[in-house]
Amino acid sequence: MKKLTGDNLFRILAASIAASAVFILIVTAYTLTTGSSLVLQRFGTNFLFGSNWNPVEGREAFGALPYVLGTLVTSGIALLIGVPLSLGIAIFLVEMAPKFLRVPIGYLVELLAAVPSVIYGLWGLFVFRYWILDYVEIPLSNYLGWIPIFSGTPFGLDIFTAGIILAIMIIPTVASISKEVIGAVPNSIREGAYSIGATKWEVIRHWVLSYGRSGIFGAVILGLGRAVGETMAVSMLIGNATGPAAIPTSLFRPSQTMASLIANGFLEATGPLEKSAYFGVGLILLLVSLLINAAAQVMVTRVLKVKGGAVEQ
Amino acid sequence: MTNYSLRKFKNQLFFILCAACVIIAIIPLLSILYEVVSRGAPQLSINFLTQKDADGGIGPAIQGTLILIGLTSIIGIPVGVLSGVYLAEFGNNKYAASIRTVNDVLTEFPSIVVGITAFGVVVLGIIGSYSPLAGAVALSFILIPVVARTTEESLKLVPNSVREASLALGVHKWRTTLSVVLPAAKGGLVTGTLLAIARIAGETAPLIMTILGNSYFFQGFSSPMDALPLRIWRDSLQPYANLQAQGWGAALVLILIVLSLNIAVRVASRGRLRR
Repeated sequence: MKKLTGDNLFRILAASIAASAVFILIVTAYTLTTGSSLVLQRFGTNFLFGSNWNPVEGREAFGALPYVLGTLVTSGIALLIGVPLSLGIAIFLVEMAPKFLRVPIGYLVELLAAVPSVIYGLWGLFVFRYWILDYVEIPLSNYLGWIPIFSGTPFGLDIFTAGIILAIMIIPTVASISKEVIGAVPNSIREGAYSIGATKWEVIRHWVLSYGRSGIFGAVILGLGRAVGETMAVSMLIGNATGPAAIPTSLFRPSQTMASLIANGFLEATGPLEKSAYFGVGLILLLVSLLINAAAQVMVTRVLKVKGGAVEQ
Repeated sequence: MTNYSLRKFKNQLFFILCAACVIIAIIPLLSILYEVVSRGAPQLSINFLTQKDADGGIGPAIQGTLILIGLTSIIGIPVGVLSGVYLAEFGNNKYAASIRTVNDVLTEFPSIVVGITAFGVVVLGIIGSYSPLAGAVALSFILIPVVARTTEESLKLVPNSVREASLALGVHKWRTTLSVVLPAAKGGLVTGTLLAIARIAGETAPLIMTILGNSYFFQGFSSPMDALPLRIWRDSLQPYANLQAQGWGAALVLILIVLSLNIAVRVASRGRLRR
């Protein structure tokens, strides 16, 4: 055994404090598992695949399926709209913007990440909701209302609005990582492409983006992680349906995500079984986000190894 | 149209599209700032900032947010900084690599999940009631991984020659780390920590089930407490125009705190972080 000198003591102390990260992870997993054991024992897999949410005593039924689907659909919309915008921003900042614009625009985009979620919600509830309602939802519903995903009477508080707000909120994450990835593409790649006569668009489309594609994919997955876990803005804009009504059938109907369900309902939970059901939804959310993040870590770290000039073999 | 001019046209179009992306992304930011300032500013007054709810103020919420920032910093910053020190100074092994991965995963945790955890551990367990401490524990779960990460990064920017110079004078490694390396990395540490604090100041979701909200000033560690984000959330869902207006006023105060921290940090660290 090593002698217990000041240096060793310091190292051991720092190492054990560094373990707090693992401690937090374990405490979270343990609390959610024990908290949800009641509902999981009672309903088993029906908790995952059921769609009712009924806390009335004697007729209790708790199923998380609508909220899992609601989370998937809103996050999907967020990616569909947010990712192209973010890529455009990243490309503009790295490849096109004049030098004096790069820094201020980069700041502005990063400030989007600094705005607290609840303020996005407030703005969404009183301002943005009416933009979406008047200029997108009502026209779409008038002309394309016969398509099932545009059915229903638009109200402004629905899956569509929640998805768009999420798209705005993931832009800083996806754009800043994509910017790093695109910036890490070696200049020799660009020079080679220009030298055979490619235009800027062709260089970016065929060389830069394909060189950085796994990093950009990682950025997209991190954006997905943000969208899945985002709570406040969504809970204020998604319209708070519960039970089978929350199954996302139309873009213009209210729904619920896992996170927004917990934010909206947790305090109103009456019995131990209902409280346990909220812990259960939290557990599913945790597992989904762990999965997404593990995937993103693998993609992003693999690519960022390329940074600093050392191209990995 | 010749092939060449078609390609040139595509190139122009692509440039315009990318510039449009930037503009589209900045519109929400400008609109948020405009609405918060124009709707919130008329609310501001000494009374609004210092009185309790019944007297038409958001004093308890401002006090609560400051208490939460203080408590969270007391719990989170030492732990985060020491974790970062370990990762930077002794972190060349598998154990540290796995800690780094766990930290990265924690940074992206849904904040509401952290809230439920703090509810289960502190509100149901340790304290037995809604408590400012539960809120602080939840927020420090969010703060610790961020601070650990920024500490590690700023310590790594300290040139090795500084460490070697100190060690060559016969100073112990722990003393070198605490008295030479940490002070040298002070700038990065402070900016990173301030950014992390700006982030937790706006967190709402984990506060819902930990501090609950209160319309009176701080009432001890086993009573509910108010906080700015929580106040904004509750006000915005009220049907009364005066409460909604109060929500906008609270939003202005919160955004002033958060954005001034962010902008100050960026202005102060300009040049230093240039790679």
